[in-house]
Amino acid sequence: MFEDLIYVLGKYHGWLFDGLLLTLQLLVIAVIFGSLLAVPLAIARTSKKLWVQAVPFGFIYLFRGTPLIAQLFMMYYGVGQLIANIDGIQDSWTWEYLRDPYWYCLLTFILNTAAYVAEIMRGGINNVPSGEVEAARACGMTPTTTYRRIIFPRMWQIIWPAYTNDVIFTLKATSLASTVTMMELTGAARKIVARTALPYEAFISAGVIYLIIVYVLTFGFKGVEKYLRRNEFRQADKKPNVETGVQA
Amino acid sequence: MFDLYGRGWQMLDGGLVTIQLCLTVLPFMIIIGLLGASAKLSRFKALRVIGESYTVIIRGIPELLVILLIYFGGTIAVQNIAEMISGAETRVDIPALWSGVAALALVQGAFASEVFRAAMLAIPKGQIEAAIATGMTPVQIFHRIKLPQLWRFALPGLNNLFQVLIKDTALISVVGVEEILRKAAVGAGTEKAPFTFYLVAMLMFLAFTTVSLIAFNRLEKRASRGIARA
Repeated sequence: MFEDLIYVLGKYHGWLFDGLLLTLQLLVIAVIFGSLLAVPLAIARTSKKLWVQAVPFGFIYLFRGTPLIAQLFMMYYGVGQLIANIDGIQDSWTWEYLRDPYWYCLLTFILNTAAYVAEIMRGGINNVPSGEVEAARACGMTPTTTYRRIIFPRMWQIIWPAYTNDVIFTLKATSLASTVTMMELTGAARKIVARTALPYEAFISAGVIYLIIVYVLTFGFKGVEKYLRRNEFRQADKKPNVETGVQA
Repeated sequence: MFDLYGRGWQMLDGGLVTIQLCLTVLPFMIIIGLLGASAKLSRFKALRVIGESYTVIIRGIPELLVILLIYFGGTIAVQNIAEMISGAETRVDIPALWSGVAALALVQGAFASEVFRAAMLAIPKGQIEAAIATGMTPVQIFHRIKLPQLWRFALPGLNNLFQVLIKDTALISVVGVEEILRKAAVGAGTEKAPFTFYLVAMLMFLAFTTVSLIAFNRLEKRASRGIARA
């Protein structure tokens, strides 16, 4: 059993490493652009006007209510074919990009992440203590300033644990890229299995790499959480010590 | 348009398989979840370690990888066991459907064990102590005190999990189970109309998740009847 593992890792570690790089690339781009897109969606979603709410609601509902793999197939095969049917597009210089599954994967992951993160942000914005928002208004802050100085910092504090979970969810979602022939971590493992017929060794190696990424991500995000909540920790320090009654 | 190039029935068939998959996985998911939660809250350290590592490992690995591992690896494992028993070379095929059910139950069970753990912790300590004081055995405590309340505390989490389960069944299409997405892929390939077929597949999934959401909201309301509203 271990000979097989050494054989797989010795011969195919290059594939796994390239797969790891592609997985991380997909993850980082999807999370960054997805989160950026989520901000306006979340703000519109918390609007009191029904017609402003409707579009982000529909978007979030559609993307959260259907499987990611169906969205990916829809994008790559469905939209891909519609694009391919445009007259003359196959001769144009853009065709090289338009048939590359990479861009379809990225777009799907970005939209999907945006939908999930927007829903989390909506919860965060709604849970900002109303007294703080009212105080900001009483100080004469414009809505933009209120968002920038009061609501967003508070929101990040509130949503950070849920956001961490969602980033890990996105990491796992990138494995679906392997179904449209992308060679990320899962795709590399599948290719190794096809070559060697050693499913345990290849899939477990990939699984361990995923676990390491999750571990590192969790660790890093915990650090950021501490930074985001630094005010609370400072406040807690200032509370008088119950046992001694002395202010620390 | 509506009969989908004569494949409308095929899609409905796929829908039926998806529903069957969800309902088959559900009981296994609940049983594994309850066992996992009990292990995590156990007095014995070994059980706690097993329970915790199960969730940590499963939650860090993509569902697709688990499905592939069980589909490709499971066949080999069963084959080896069969060869050991019979002593002769045997050829065993686990149907893709069952390896898919096993993989989904394993994955969802890990998430369910977190839900149940939180629900068990939400039961007031005093009630358990009162039960012990009246001389109930641990089994009696579980089914008279814990289980009825567990249901109520766990429902919101289970609601969420069932949504995820419905969506995760689509992943089994990768190993060839004839559910909605697989039927859509076949239709898209033969009729050269991927947009239409995947659109129909997405709408079907959307309908399923919506129905599940409504049903669970009803159940939640029913489970918390008689509880004072805050």
